[in-house]
Amino acid sequence: MEGRLRILLLSALCVPCLWSATALAADGGTDRAAEQQVIQPKIDRREVGIDEIDSEDFEISVFGGLLSTEDFGANAVIGARVAYHVSEGVFFEATYGRSTTSESSVERIYGGLPALTDSGRILSYYNVSLGYNLLPGEAFIGRNWAFRTALYVIAGAGSTTFAGDDRFTINFGAGYRFLATDWLALHIDVRDHIFDIDVLGYSKTTHNLETTAGLSVFF
Amino acid sequence: MLLLGGTPAQATEEYALLQVAEPFIELHTGPGVGYPVFHVVDRAGFVEVLKRKTDWFKVRTADGKRGWVARAQLEKTLTASGENTHLKEPALGDFSQRHWEFGLLGGVFNNAAEIGLYGGYAFTRNLSAELSGAQVLGDYSSSYLLNLKLLSQPFPRWRVSPFFSLGGGYLSTRPRTTLVPPRDSNDFTAHVGLGLRTWLSRRFILRAEFNRYVTFSSDDNNEEFKEWKAGFAFFF
Repeated sequence: MEGRLRILLLSALCVPCLWSATALAADGGTDRAAEQQVIQPKIDRREVGIDEIDSEDFEISVFGGLLSTEDFGANAVIGARVAYHVSEGVFFEATYGRSTTSESSVERIYGGLPALTDSGRILSYYNVSLGYNLLPGEAFIGRNWAFRTALYVIAGAGSTTFAGDDRFTINFGAGYRFLATDWLALHIDVRDHIFDIDVLGYSKTTHNLETTAGLSVFF
Repeated sequence: MLLLGGTPAQATEEYALLQVAEPFIELHTGPGVGYPVFHVVDRAGFVEVLKRKTDWFKVRTADGKRGWVARAQLEKTLTASGENTHLKEPALGDFSQRHWEFGLLGGVFNNAAEIGLYGGYAFTRNLSAELSGAQVLGDYSSSYLLNLKLLSQPFPRWRVSPFFSLGGGYLSTRPRTTLVPPRDSNDFTAHVGLGLRTWLSRRFILRAEFNRYVTFSSDDNNEEFKEWKAGFAFFF
């Protein structure tokens, strides 16, 4: 009984002891923190977080050029793209383009009924592609100017609406990006759009080469 | 030139100011590993962070030099309050607690190529709803497929996480104009499926799934289709 009482009394005494010990330790901690603050006196206390930094990973662009639609002539094409840069190498891109095709040789030579209606003659396509900046680098103009550039390769899939039908389309190609500033770039692109077509009486796979120049803005 | 000569204290715009804590950090001429290092900032030197492109940060030194620093090096600096610079990057933990998910899937629907987009919202870690739209491009027809479905994810904490789905939708098919006679069909559909999601890095998910469809045709002749698809998604 006496032993138990002694333990009770001792533990009752020890609780405040422990309390003050931890309090002392905590004081030591704040002292050390204060010392660290003294070592860094010149730091400007502006509260702009690193996570609030403006990132420029999206790119939106317009382009124009020539699309050679197999059997239906080389015609003007215009379009727009949106790209998202995942890393310094890899980017995703979604593209929409539109061209009005001209008469095929068959229609011109043999005359008669046109093979396509006016609305069927309009070619429009969309695709989603994955690109890779294969050869990033710098280009120099004179002694004082350096511009970042990249030669990229790109491939993807999408749909082409032409001659009244939607056609599954594979595209691949390469392009050159020239950054005039951090946020403004010029592009030159060459793409092959591959789809099957059966307008002229039989089904065949066509290669439709497109050469375009574009202007893009990063944001 | 005025801007180049400006010191951090005189800068009009507010940028994050960091102090180099390692022996030095390297400034590249562009945001990529191949661009040459043209300048180093020694320990205790300051840089202002102007902007970011992927994992590269454009910084300005006290004497006005501008260059690109890799994320790994930027994290070895101290912030204005003397703490280690820490960038909030989404991690596996955020993947299991995501709410919004948007993605792009490609695949095969009834032996025809399919391309589509989807968006989803997770009510809980286990249950989410998704709306998707896809175009199916076959040799004889092209279709639009619109679906709404519920997904159950039994193991949300796994890096490779399986899911089961159940939903309904609408399939609008238009045969090729070269086929005679072309006849459009618009049918309601129901589907069940299973799939896998895996966290790639940052906000990116890789996803693959298989679905089995039944269409309730207007001519009382129900059809069944199989769908395989895979693609990328990102989450918030």
